[in-house]
Amino acid sequence: MQNKSFMARLMAAPHIVWSILFIIAPLMFVFYYAFTDKSGAFTLSNIQQLGSPSYLTIFARSGAFALVATAICLLVAYPLAYAISRATPRMQKIYIMLIMLPMWMNFLIRTYSIMAIIEDTGFVNTLLGYLGIDPIHMINTDGAVIFGMVYNYLPYMVLPIHTVLSKLDNRLLEASADLGCTPMQTFFKVVMPLSRSGIVSGITMVFVPSVSTFYISQKLGGSSFDLIGDTIERQFQTAYNYNLGAAMSLVLMAVILISMAIMNRYSDDEGSVVV
Amino acid sequence: MKTLSKVYTMLIFVILYAPIAVMVLFSFNASNSTGVFTGFSLYWYKELLSDPATLSALKNTLILAVTSSCIATIIGTVAAVGISKLKNKHTQNAIMTVTNIPMMNPDIVTGISMMLLFVFVSAKLGASQSLGFGTVLIAHVTFNLPYVILSVMPKIRQMDRHLTEAAMDLGCTPFQAFCKVEFPAILPGIISGAIMAFTLSLDDFVISYFTTGNGFETLPIRIYSMTKKRVTPDMYALSTLIFIAVLVLLILSNVAQGDDKKKTRRAKK
Amino acid sequence: MLKNINLYIRDKEFITLLGPSGCGKTTTLRIIGGFEAPDEGDVYFDGKRINDLPPYKRTVNTVFQKYALFPHLNVYENVAFALRLAKRSEKEIAAKVKEMLRIVNLEGFEKRNVENLSGGQQQRVAIARALVNEPKVLLLDEPLGALDLKLRKDMQVELKKIQQRLGITFIYVTHDQEEALSMSDTVVVMDNGVIQQIGTPEDIYNEPANAFVADFIGESNILDGIMHADEKVEFSGHTLPCVDRGFAKDEPVDVVIRPEDVDMVDVDSVPIHGVVDTVTFKGVHYEIIVDVGGFKWMIQTTDYAEPGKVVGLRILPEEIHVMKKSKYSNLYGDYSTYFDELDNGSNEEGAGDAE
Repeated sequence: MQNKSFMARLMAAPHIVWSILFIIAPLMFVFYYAFTDKSGAFTLSNIQQLGSPSYLTIFARSGAFALVATAICLLVAYPLAYAISRATPRMQKIYIMLIMLPMWMNFLIRTYSIMAIIEDTGFVNTLLGYLGIDPIHMINTDGAVIFGMVYNYLPYMVLPIHTVLSKLDNRLLEASADLGCTPMQTFFKVVMPLSRSGIVSGITMVFVPSVSTFYISQKLGGSSFDLIGDTIERQFQTAYNYNLGAAMSLVLMAVILISMAIMNRYSDDEGSVVV
Repeated sequence: MKTLSKVYTMLIFVILYAPIAVMVLFSFNASNSTGVFTGFSLYWYKELLSDPATLSALKNTLILAVTSSCIATIIGTVAAVGISKLKNKHTQNAIMTVTNIPMMNPDIVTGISMMLLFVFVSAKLGASQSLGFGTVLIAHVTFNLPYVILSVMPKIRQMDRHLTEAAMDLGCTPFQAFCKVEFPAILPGIISGAIMAFTLSLDDFVISYFTTGNGFETLPIRIYSMTKKRVTPDMYALSTLIFIAVLVLLILSNVAQGDDKKKTRRAKK
Repeated sequence: MLKNINLYIRDKEFITLLGPSGCGKTTTLRIIGGFEAPDEGDVYFDGKRINDLPPYKRTVNTVFQKYALFPHLNVYENVAFALRLAKRSEKEIAAKVKEMLRIVNLEGFEKRNVENLSGGQQQRVAIARALVNEPKVLLLDEPLGALDLKLRKDMQVELKKIQQRLGITFIYVTHDQEEALSMSDTVVVMDNGVIQQIGTPEDIYNEPANAFVADFIGESNILDGIMHADEKVEFSGHTLPCVDRGFAKDEPVDVVIRPEDVDMVDVDSVPIHGVVDTVTFKGVHYEIIVDVGGFKWMIQTTDYAEPGKVVGLRILPEEIHVMKKSKYSNLYGDYSTYFDELDNGSNEEGAGDAE
């Protein structure tokens, strides 16, 4: 028995060492850089700097964009996932493959392809020109950035919701109808509550990359368009202010971990939350 | 209702695939316009395939994906077996929580946190170049590990605990029981973990972007630097090739799965 | 969990450990197999202490609950597993596997995937796999628990045949009393980690050691009684002749009367009478619940009686079984809350549970 648990620890050891070196230690460095200046002395100025109106605007804008994109994804994805889950198993498989296929392409390419078609001289405007409609300016607008987020991360919302909905027992719907629910009531009283875990994981899977993106905003929002991701990226790749970048990452991480903790509470104690 | 949901589904798929379709179309354009199709040509493909930087980026990406997924699969599988055998549930939970951090954190935070570590350590060691293949490899192994562990762990849990006992009953030492019975039982989990690690590694841009140096460019980073400039159709050609590769792989894997199922069904009769 | 287990198992015997789930029968089996170590006490095999011998060095083999067949190997390779470990020649392996598959009636199944076999077929593979090593003792842990009733009956007969043909000891664990009675040479009834009774199936049925055994094995009416003298016992307000001796004067006892041992007769001819409560037709006989002064008896008889009719109950002296009082007294034996379905349901319970 002694021997067995020793073996278990020995087998887990390389992974534990790896996790300490390359997961925990890097996060410690984020803390370290966030609270020091260029010379390595302790300072709160990085964090204080983030309290200035210009940075607060960036944070607020990132949050707002990600929230809007997540909400649109949910509204678009839920009916889609529901429709797919009611199809025959064969068709479901095909639909899911079609949803996943763009996901297998790099998100840089996907974003780039949107950029190409909505450019001022791009495909859509050329098409409009043939129809005699004046070109519409789409690129480098807020709408383009949000569309980019929705387009890129929609599959992340569809897949988890589809997974829970496809496991939904049809007899539950029949039972609900039998007990006097209209289709509408069945949907809100039975289907929605049972798909909450899928919704929650979909929301996290869309919100986290949306709030931290920098490529989408760079390509579709124009060079002056700033989200948290862009600002952090700039600190590390052009401005070389690691300390400020670390402080921003720390805040971003804290915001995400806190919101995820809240979300998980919603998905865990089922029944206590009314949808 | 039925038609409405069909129309809706179709509409979403049209929007989802329109940009890709346009891209594929214009990759065959004779001119460099991304708005007007002037004639069919393979010019951009020739251009792309004669670009040594893109080809070396492709090679780098494959090397990185193979090595990082192999390392992560080995460490992760051994760890999953070890962790599942740990008596103390709190230790188990603590390890799993830490393991999952790279999965929950935004990529940009994972990327810069590792970059800070590498930069700091190499500065202390006085190394001239801090970032390169080694650092990207470490970063990729790190974000691949949770996926490997999470796909192996359920297979271990599902395994009938009597299987090991049955093997020992029939004469296996504990080590033989692992090799002959436990390992084959969790092999599907190991394979799917390895595949997932491989594809994630192929696809990663953000973490590689922060942890690689000048000497080592992966395909996604190459794409990034290409798209920094004006939009040119050789990018379209590259994307089309990637799209076709993904499509073929998906269809092949589906056909293979379908065959498996058919075989099982036949055996049941 | 186990207390004072003192069990001698003879060579070539079919011995069954019988008891409700959680009674310690599986634990006993796992100790013999070497998968669990006793906190104290010794396990001897052929006169040698084997406490510290790991399972792979013991000459016993096990048929596991739910079979534990190796899913990645086909039927042939599952059966050949132990032989390959022992590095036997390919020719010998082929001959042995063929022989074993013949014994369990699975010829021609060699190449089949074990996951696509029916429960009964998987069961046979598990038996063949365990027997191929020619163990001196075969341990079977609820091997028929997952099979349906008809198949279970067939397999009972077949298992018994295999045991007799091979002439090896079977140690069989089950919670099904009928299975235990029909297959075993010796039955060990267990409850709460304690052996309640060891004996032949006939002994266990006819002479239960206490109220638990009487209730667990078959149906019984268990009544409070007083032993006034040798061969004289009082119950239900009357003193009747019996054949039991050796109790103290006026010692309180438990009296067991099997339902099939009670005859319904005219009221005037016997002292004990009661009112017919419910009648259930069972095919071979009627099952009649009779209320005798508030205590409900179960009677199995081929005679019919209207509910509400007053009947006399005749019990011959040799049908009265007197037991010493135990901690199980007064827990069982009254049929006042008896429901047919309920009882059947509780017998099925525990099938396939992991103890």
